[in-house]
Amino acid sequence: MTTTSLPTAGPTGSGRSPEEVRNAAARAAIMSRVKAAVTDVSAPFGARGEAPRVELVSASRAETVELFVENVEDYKATVVRVKPGEEGTAIAEALRRVTSVVVPSGLEPAWTADLPDGIRVASDDHLSNATLDGVASVVTAAAAGVASTGTIVLDHGPDQGRRALSLVPDLHVCVVRASQVVHDVPEAVARLRSAVEPDASAGMPRPLTWISGPSATSDIELDRVEGVHGPRTLHVILIED
Amino acid sequence: MTTTVPAPRPARPTPGPLQETTPTFVGMPKFPKAAKEALANTQQRRNLAHATGVIRAKRARVVGELPHWEDLRLAGSQAKDEMMTHLAAYLEQLETNLVRNGAQVHWARDAAEACQIVVDIAKTKGTDEVVKVKSMATQEIELNEALEAAGIRAWETDLAELIVQLGHDRPSHILVPAIHRNRSEIREIFRREMHLVGRPAPDDLTDEPRRLAEAARLHLREKFLRAKVAVSGANFAIADTGTLVVVESEGNGRMCLTLPETLISVVGIEKVLPTWQDLGTFMQLLPRSSTGERMNPYTSMWTGVHPGDGPQEVHVVLIDNGRSHVLADPLGRQALRCIRCSACLNVCPVYERAGGHAYGSVYPGPIGAVLNPQLRGTASAVDKSLPYASSLCGACFEACPMRIDIPSLLVHLRARVVDESGRKSAEAKAMKGMAWMFGDYRRLEKAQKAAKLGGRLLGGRTIHTMPGPFGPWTSARDVPDLPTHSFRDWWDARGGSGGAGTAGSPPSTTQEQR
Amino acid sequence: MSTAPAAPAASAATGLKVALFAACYNDTMWPGTPIATVKILERLGCRVEFPRKQTCCGQIFTNTGYAAEALPLVRGFVETFAAYDAVVAPTGSCVGAIRHQHHDLAAGAGDAALTRAVDALTPKVYDLSEFLVDVLGVTDVGAYFPHRVTFHPTCHSVRVAGVGDRPQQLLKAVRGLTFIDLPHQEECCGFGGTFSVKNPDVSIAMASDKVRHVRETGAEVLVAGDNMCLMNMGSVLARQRAGIRVMHLAEVLASTEEDPA
Repeated sequence: MTTTSLPTAGPTGSGRSPEEVRNAAARAAIMSRVKAAVTDVSAPFGARGEAPRVELVSASRAETVELFVENVEDYKATVVRVKPGEEGTAIAEALRRVTSVVVPSGLEPAWTADLPDGIRVASDDHLSNATLDGVASVVTAAAAGVASTGTIVLDHGPDQGRRALSLVPDLHVCVVRASQVVHDVPEAVARLRSAVEPDASAGMPRPLTWISGPSATSDIELDRVEGVHGPRTLHVILIED
Repeated sequence: MTTTVPAPRPARPTPGPLQETTPTFVGMPKFPKAAKEALANTQQRRNLAHATGVIRAKRARVVGELPHWEDLRLAGSQAKDEMMTHLAAYLEQLETNLVRNGAQVHWARDAAEACQIVVDIAKTKGTDEVVKVKSMATQEIELNEALEAAGIRAWETDLAELIVQLGHDRPSHILVPAIHRNRSEIREIFRREMHLVGRPAPDDLTDEPRRLAEAARLHLREKFLRAKVAVSGANFAIADTGTLVVVESEGNGRMCLTLPETLISVVGIEKVLPTWQDLGTFMQLLPRSSTGERMNPYTSMWTGVHPGDGPQEVHVVLIDNGRSHVLADPLGRQALRCIRCSACLNVCPVYERAGGHAYGSVYPGPIGAVLNPQLRGTASAVDKSLPYASSLCGACFEACPMRIDIPSLLVHLRARVVDESGRKSAEAKAMKGMAWMFGDYRRLEKAQKAAKLGGRLLGGRTIHTMPGPFGPWTSARDVPDLPTHSFRDWWDARGGSGGAGTAGSPPSTTQEQR
Repeated sequence: MSTAPAAPAASAATGLKVALFAACYNDTMWPGTPIATVKILERLGCRVEFPRKQTCCGQIFTNTGYAAEALPLVRGFVETFAAYDAVVAPTGSCVGAIRHQHHDLAAGAGDAALTRAVDALTPKVYDLSEFLVDVLGVTDVGAYFPHRVTFHPTCHSVRVAGVGDRPQQLLKAVRGLTFIDLPHQEECCGFGGTFSVKNPDVSIAMASDKVRHVRETGAEVLVAGDNMCLMNMGSVLARQRAGIRVMHLAEVLASTEEDPA
């Protein structure tokens, strides 16, 4: 039996930091206000059921893929369509004008087997922001494509790398498989649920980045300018698998 | 949740204190005076007319692409109503999921408390600067001012916010805060100010938007790369997963949300979405309504801390700041559905001419006219005048992706202003007198005879104010020559209550002017 | 434009007992509009009555913030018109207010009986254009108006009452009339009732832009379904000596070769 004990939080909150006390008080006040505010409405929690899915449906896979290409190109991004096995050549071609590239650790090795001579290839070994800023381009895979909006979604898995990789370099070469392209936004959202709410076995949630064309601004007289802080060039390689 | 219309103001308890008109906007003149000054600024009027015209056309085109747009509006508004009905439960869910994934959750009852939380975190990190993603919530609580007072510089990184900040100016639009500035003004601001706070503007800077954007890229990049702390808002906070969402275009958001070690997100409690699946609706509604694009260039989503990727210390500050008060009004609460898309601003003929500053708040335009008097109360001159800053033309309701019936809310808030005034003004007396006159047709007929007499005395000349009951609606206009007969006179002259009577010879009524 | 003969026989409507709601400001300031309405309806075979006890729908009070003052007018409106098959008004704005506001005013006051009476009456209240097109089923009302005309769809008639393009259908069927589309027709003219009083500068800026678009059409006549909006635009047109006259839709539709407007 021991005679010493760690301080414990008593019923009056002693032992909590002033910030914890403040936070708990603020939380309680807000909760009580928002409850009191809606006493005129009575609907049991959960009565709503599942959220509706309002979406366009596709006539065919071919239509979906065509629409995806059309909409990505509409953002002034480049789309190159290749057959399986031709990715390496297409990636090498996309990197023709740059001197350095960073690749995520889990990228398919064959994709970077044919890079032009003289290009500096950095693998992401905890590169600092400043080092990354000196790299001209990045090659990543993708998690999904959305045809109706021309959107590519990254879930930053091993073949896409952490978020900074596809952000700081000025050229983003993104390889998307046609089989990853869904027709409309709600279908993409449903597919991506496992990234934000993984099974116990699948580990931690992953961040998502939705990319629709290169970075852009319309802040000056509503005149659209492509290329601000994110990659100024988005080069999409679509594998028609 | 009811979406119905003007009714006498319901008497409900006020569960939370009202936000006060914040220091920046104290002393703002009431809307008509500020608008009059803005109308005289011809440069701003041209900029606004051009910019809102462009964005209206873009929005119409991409909204027109979706045959199910009305279904999306319904789904979106119902998701927000669900959030409001069970806000406490969804906030708890959100908190649980955030904490489980490594985020720290802070609660703030008002602006001062929220600012203190952010200042304290930044101080703990030992930094004297933060980079900021464009965020309406942080503008609402005047976080930059609070950070500056604590010796911490807050760098706005959205291009338009940068223009506003470097210009020592105020935002005038939710989405395009520098909408009131044209390219040559922006070039001057960059040349004059950039070198004072970092990398100077290039010597050969022109007023081409591409060159100006490039100057901003270079100026801000060093700040992104070195910043230790970032501050953001969130467009959505998803309860059932704990995911926060930031929708943007330039990549400044991604920079702030990814590169610094610590991220603090200030999120209004009404930003909660019940479920992940709801995001499918909102990601269709928001970009098309806001920038008029099928999708905005970048959307970032994070769920707490992601080991090895991005900020390893993630804070979420949930703020009330008057929202629970708005929630307590069964009609007024629909304003909390707002997703800050600014479609209502872009279609509003009043906003297009008066500009954003006249509204005296970070929330301008039609949504500001219904949100500010609810968040802040109607004590100040500007908040009293905002519900009247609309012709009730209804273009805002039509454009709103959340189906917020802004015209009905304006009318509802007008009733609140009148009720709170105690009905002692000259206007109130006139309105009471008119109501009494209309309360019985015989009184109306007497008034018509008096007006007709007035018309005869004036000999049919155009006058500038209508005598009698119609004064309030005609005092700012030339009114027609008064007719020599009312309709009733004509009806009596042809005899009877109707049926097969011939139309007789009506008095001449066509006038060039009405 | 139409060259159809002026032989409108709305036999379905013959004998239909219709109440005219003139609207207080038409009754007092623009009697020509309700008179024209009576002429059209009678020409098409309706029996028109003018319930004398009518005054105002209450919109001016509601929209200015005086809901309590509007409530007795809602009650008066219901008492005056409850017995009729149909109530026809030459104003989209008041019809919109009746449809959109009367229920909530009655319900908000907690008056269940009045709310029920409002709900029974409201579906029988029509803007003139709706009554002609939907109830009588006519677009050619036998009118003759040999002028170049442009049309401003007033905000409340379109966005609140929801009359759609019925006025344009009616105008395009008028013999001799040349219809010219108004650019930016969906934009408010700047009147807005109390808005024009409390925000005169913005209101006039809006009216000036609207009138600029009207002048661009080269029309001789500007037509709308609400006289208050016409007054607003007409005031600016007159000050500019633009030589464009403003007329209510009813007055154009009432015009014939024998009795031209």
